[in-house]
Amino acid sequence: MAGSGKAHLRSPDEALLRVEDLVVEFPVGRQMKVHAVSGISLDVLRGETLGLVGESGCGKSTTGRAIMQLPRPTSGKVEFDGRDLTKLPGEKLRQMRPELQLIFQDPISSLNPRRRVGAIVREPLEIWSRGESKKRDSVVDEVLDAVGLEPSVSRGRRPHEFSGGQCQRICIARALVLDPKVIICDEPVSALDVSVQAQILNLLEDMKQRYGLTLIFIAHDLAVVKNVSDRIIVMYLGKLCEVAPPDALYKTPAHPYTAALLSAIPVPDPEASTHVDAAASGELPSPLAPPSGCRFRTRCPRAEEVCAQEEPQMRPIVGSTDHFVACHFPLVDAEDLPPGPSTAEVAIAGAK
Amino acid sequence: MLGRRKHVNRTIAAQPSSARLLEVSDLHTRFKTEKGMVKAVNGVSFTLDRGKTLGVVGESGSGKSVLSRTVMGLLPRRNVEREGSVQFEGREIEHLSPTAMREFWGTEMAMIFQDPMTSLNPVVKIGRQITESLRYHLDMPRDQSDATALTLMKSVGIPEPERRLNEYPHQMSGGMRQRIVIAVALACGPKLLFADEPTTALDVTVQSQILNLLAQQQRERDMAMVLVTHDLGVVAGRADDIAVMYAGQVVETAPTRTLFAQMRMPYTEGLLKSIPKLEQPSHSRLEIIGGRPPDMINPPLGCKFSPRCPYVQERCRAEQPPLIEAETPGHYFRCWFPVGTDAGREALERNLAAHVPQAEAAVSGDSVLAARIETALDVPAGASAETVPVER
Repeated sequence: MAGSGKAHLRSPDEALLRVEDLVVEFPVGRQMKVHAVSGISLDVLRGETLGLVGESGCGKSTTGRAIMQLPRPTSGKVEFDGRDLTKLPGEKLRQMRPELQLIFQDPISSLNPRRRVGAIVREPLEIWSRGESKKRDSVVDEVLDAVGLEPSVSRGRRPHEFSGGQCQRICIARALVLDPKVIICDEPVSALDVSVQAQILNLLEDMKQRYGLTLIFIAHDLAVVKNVSDRIIVMYLGKLCEVAPPDALYKTPAHPYTAALLSAIPVPDPEASTHVDAAASGELPSPLAPPSGCRFRTRCPRAEEVCAQEEPQMRPIVGSTDHFVACHFPLVDAEDLPPGPSTAEVAIAGAK
Repeated sequence: MLGRRKHVNRTIAAQPSSARLLEVSDLHTRFKTEKGMVKAVNGVSFTLDRGKTLGVVGESGSGKSVLSRTVMGLLPRRNVEREGSVQFEGREIEHLSPTAMREFWGTEMAMIFQDPMTSLNPVVKIGRQITESLRYHLDMPRDQSDATALTLMKSVGIPEPERRLNEYPHQMSGGMRQRIVIAVALACGPKLLFADEPTTALDVTVQSQILNLLAQQQRERDMAMVLVTHDLGVVAGRADDIAVMYAGQVVETAPTRTLFAQMRMPYTEGLLKSIPKLEQPSHSRLEIIGGRPPDMINPPLGCKFSPRCPYVQERCRAEQPPLIEAETPGHYFRCWFPVGTDAGREALERNLAAHVPQAEAAVSGDSVLAARIETALDVPAGASAETVPVER
């Protein structure tokens, strides 16, 4: 599509989290609304890391937050462990919250500067009355130790006494302390130096193994996402472009937008060309009035008539079972969709 | 500021035509703080020729931003000690009066900062922000400066410049704002542009647009540039020379290709290896540098990188290595056991055999170990100069 469709979804029994037709719109007055996320579907298997990648404003953070019901999406289904979170009433939803945790981009501003690290990490345990009060400290120590912070030293300190990387470790500890099933990492390394970024990426991989986590990793840097993910979703202006395993995405990008993203990554090699795909130039159109048909067409070098009229549907790449693209003119051959209801009919059916 | 300009003699106009544009030698910058003297820049020397690009690379806290601000003369005079010389076209600018510096900024050297939102005035229209320096420095009449602003905005790739002239910064995206900042910096045709992390706040796609724009403007104007960044990837294809900074010192400097082909400094190697590479399969373990840059009030004795260095030996903790010239001319580094030499390989093997945490963290990418090295660095009273007390 940036387009719609669910061809890339796997069987509902396998998925821990399954999002269908998620729509998030924000009213901005005068009957206008920001189309932040426009009908995307995705699923995450147990123990998988799903990477969500795209430019600022493409709706990737909104997707992450809508999965958490913060705020609740405008429409769509978020099925987690067999329950639809969008339908859960307030208190039931609250009871689900320990299962899903968030880590934010700026580690320093997401920690309360006036509280001690021990109290910050301990608080979730107190809110949920986990374990005996006396034993909570040992749980805190264990998790601080797991993220590489010396418990005896760090418990009594406040966030400003730590570096950015250490603060991100504290945030990870706070997310881990409730033993969640899913952690949504919203640009967890964008505010960090490359050297610290590598530490945090390795730490997330280790924590995933140790605590059996399922991760949704949101970032704008495809190189970072590729390093940690089992499956990558490329988003553009509230729609999905391409779904693929990381290595296939890098070797044979099928969507022109993915190719543009790949070409824009600075390569630490002086011999590499700094040529950038034409599609990487230009700006994201306004989400108030997104382009008709394929939303990427205004920047796409391959755009034709049909792209303005018809929204491309997600379809598999020829000869691959887990690589999907939503594009009328993909860079590698994609299978034709089985004759089914057209986009218009689906929209009508959806409205019913 | 407009219209208040007094006629300061443009003494700077007289210029020798040598290729050398900027010569910085043995520059020191220290800040007086309550806790003590922060030695932010510690004897940095470099030269820059006309039209060339120097990439300055290092982590946050390595002194790279303070370096560019010192060279620009942007630091306050109070509580700051400066030493050393900065020669721009053969003129010592350390001694220039504030009034003379004002003539320098904009016309001779200009600067782009990291965050385009905070470097533009939020309550002044874009047009006026671009024309301000034109009118102040070049005494341009309003209609002419407006026309120049339009040309500038077109050249930095802003669509519909006529409309944008009357907009405020908040009406534009981050990438567009950074283009405006570039237009402001380029307005008076500076000979030297400092770009201090110009793309760190931006998306990858916008980053490549801005870097290409800077390169194109640089070619067209034969302008020299100092590109400050923490990402070796950003400077790899764009800088003629690279200086890697650590703890206020240049620890390795070389022409770009030489640096990447024959890096000698363990710090440079660590920076490069910690970048996730697209061509690596996913879930590749990244090599890491444990710890963080040292406290610049009490920097470690010996090599400043020794508490984090996988190659560290006794000598490194005791004796600071000087800038040594490598086989290739123009390539200098500060290391007793350089990467890619037998001495370096032996040092690393010895450390791995002795389970030195820095070496193990680097090779295994063990993030917890890296954090312990950092915690150990926190131990006050100069303990960082000794063996890092880390237990597995």
